[in-house]
Amino acid sequence: MSISIPARDWFKPPEGAEKLWIGLALLWCFVLSLMMPYWHFRGKQNSRGEAYAVAPVAFMERTEAFVAANKTGERDGVPIVEPAPGGDAYLLARMWSWYPILKLRQGESYRIHLSSGDLQHGFSLQPLNMNFQVLPGYDHVLTLTPTSKGEFTIVCNEFCGIGHQHMIGKILVE
Amino acid sequence: MSFPTLNPPPPTPQPGRETGLRKCATTGLDVCLAAQRFIKLNAVAAIVFLLFGGIAAILLALTRWQAVHLLRVDWFYRILTFHGLNMLIFWMLFFEIAILYFACTIPLKARLFSRKIAWLSFGMMLTGAIMTNVVIIQGKADVLMTSYLPLLAHPLFYLGIILVAVGTLIGVFNFFATLYVAKRDRTYEGSLPLVTYGATAAAIIAVVTLLHGAIVMIPTFAFSMGWISQPDPMWYRMIWWGLGHQSQQVNVCAMVSVWYLIGQLTTGSKPVNETVCRGAFVLYILFINLASAHHLLVDPGVGSSWKIWNTSYAMYLAVLASMIHGFTVPASVEMAMRAKGWGRGIFGWVGALPWRNPAFSAAALSLVIFGFVGGITGVTLGTQQINIIAHNTLRITGHFHSTVVGGTSLAFMGLAFYVVPLMFQRDFIWRKAARVQPWLFGGGILLVSLGMSFAGSLGVARRTYDIEHAGVYGPAAHLFLGIMGVGAIIAVVGLLLFVVLCVGTVFFGERHAKGEPMADWGVAKELPGAPGEAIFADHWAMKGTMVLTGVFLACFAVYYFANWKALADVWYVR
Repeated sequence: MSISIPARDWFKPPEGAEKLWIGLALLWCFVLSLMMPYWHFRGKQNSRGEAYAVAPVAFMERTEAFVAANKTGERDGVPIVEPAPGGDAYLLARMWSWYPILKLRQGESYRIHLSSGDLQHGFSLQPLNMNFQVLPGYDHVLTLTPTSKGEFTIVCNEFCGIGHQHMIGKILVE
Repeated sequence: MSFPTLNPPPPTPQPGRETGLRKCATTGLDVCLAAQRFIKLNAVAAIVFLLFGGIAAILLALTRWQAVHLLRVDWFYRILTFHGLNMLIFWMLFFEIAILYFACTIPLKARLFSRKIAWLSFGMMLTGAIMTNVVIIQGKADVLMTSYLPLLAHPLFYLGIILVAVGTLIGVFNFFATLYVAKRDRTYEGSLPLVTYGATAAAIIAVVTLLHGAIVMIPTFAFSMGWISQPDPMWYRMIWWGLGHQSQQVNVCAMVSVWYLIGQLTTGSKPVNETVCRGAFVLYILFINLASAHHLLVDPGVGSSWKIWNTSYAMYLAVLASMIHGFTVPASVEMAMRAKGWGRGIFGWVGALPWRNPAFSAAALSLVIFGFVGGITGVTLGTQQINIIAHNTLRITGHFHSTVVGGTSLAFMGLAFYVVPLMFQRDFIWRKAARVQPWLFGGGILLVSLGMSFAGSLGVARRTYDIEHAGVYGPAAHLFLGIMGVGAIIAVVGLLLFVVLCVGTVFFGERHAKGEPMADWGVAKELPGAPGEAIFADHWAMKGTMVLTGVFLACFAVYYFANWKALADVWYVR
């Protein structure tokens, strides 16, 4: 009885169906635990959290230098920047914009540096639905390889004030 | 009519002030009068905050349902902050303090350790909760529940939360002190009842949780006062989720205890094996702390090994604990039904369950929604790599509305159908509506949860006022947001009905004179020629539960591996 004092001899090992279920559940938990290390070595999608300390001002300067060196065009006043395949690219999150527009090539890898100039932001790449956290003070490096072509939209999915829903960016892949 | 499972009271004289206990005429339980007062106070406060949160809920759902889009943008984020704190923190903590005071006194025939400490705890919690709510409504804390730095709210917002956390800690201390005194004075012999044991597990986790709250909130308060420089935002996230996620494990522990309790009250169930049930609670205590990792899986600054270890440590033994309870709770009910003679076939006992008893239907729905929706999505979304296609989307909100709302809140509502009459000695008003209430609330929240989950799978972000601006979401996303909106309307109707029923009962319920038993909700009947206790010799008798848990495991595996497949289809990233 759950609400009454149990009988003195309540300490007994599980038997029958209960024992079987505990065994099955434990086995399943074992599968759950092994999948993550397996994917870490064999899978193509991992979040390693590679990051370096960076002051927001310093990150903005690096982003400006990157834009100045690799700019190929402009859309609605936002520069379109094409980093070298295998090279570094900078993406600055601020209230309420993503800067600049990145132009990538399918099948090439890029080191994308993500950081914030002010509050916390959320990098949410649509319609793929890939999501990463962006923090001020942290240079979050994603080694990203686009496997599909087209125009992709970056939505901010961490609340960052009243204009949060207007914080939209672009990544173009050729 | 008395409950089949509890001994009817002997014809004792009227309760005396000198013992501080009264005997409940219906259940035969010894009710500590001091505990009764604070159970009433905390439960009433909890239901008021539930009402606040519910009103906020419908405003939010009708805003995110883009076709309605009710609120203005500033009020959307304000009400979202308000909703999160009132539901996840205030409603839960006040009700849990009521459950703790119940679990440490009534089953043990014990008296509450201290009225003064109980007043102090209640006063601090209430002051803090009101302070926080006022600051939010004034528009000085539009920071959402998580108040992630560098977002900054008015200092009183943090001070309010600190008061609630410390007040709760003081209440938890009163719980432990009561347990100690009951043991010392030998008010009971032998081991703690399972419900008290589960509540103790919840209390232990609560201490660790609330300490995290103090560690993160006190420096943030100091920063908001300008006394210290800004704490690191990543440090804040890690410690804050030690409060935010672990407090949900307190809810899980309390909810599981309530499942066992309602199982006994409505079907006369008892654990098939006490050791297994208690062992599972110990697993919660040992392996559920540090759950904050689930919120940092796509964060910078913490690496793969940290993420993998902390999201699964010791082989998911906390998940194992939930899977064990997911078996033992239905198994205990099934065995009780078979002992009563409902032993035909695999599911012959299901139809004879007391489905018209709102406490039973609430607990049953709670178990199914928590297990099949909340549990499966929770483990899957909390997988390190799968989190890439889930983090901060509505999938997360869909998950926790099926654990905290469809699971914990619904179980607590079910308990209220017994606790309110027990404490206030009044019969429930409008009993026909009460029998429908769990189905309304549970059904509504299930739609909310599924609508959110599917919208989130299509990439719709949580905590955002408007998705049109992004220009990437099609009609399917809007359909699921509409389902969420319809579900929210149904769920909030269920919630309001619950509040009306409870408040109406407290003020207008038929009062019962001393010694007169109250109306029963209806319990499982016993057939003539029932096998009784003899059935417990067969350790394979719970065939229905075996089929149910087998289906559960299959659903789990399909959902889990479908998510790995979905992950494999996105861009490469490392």
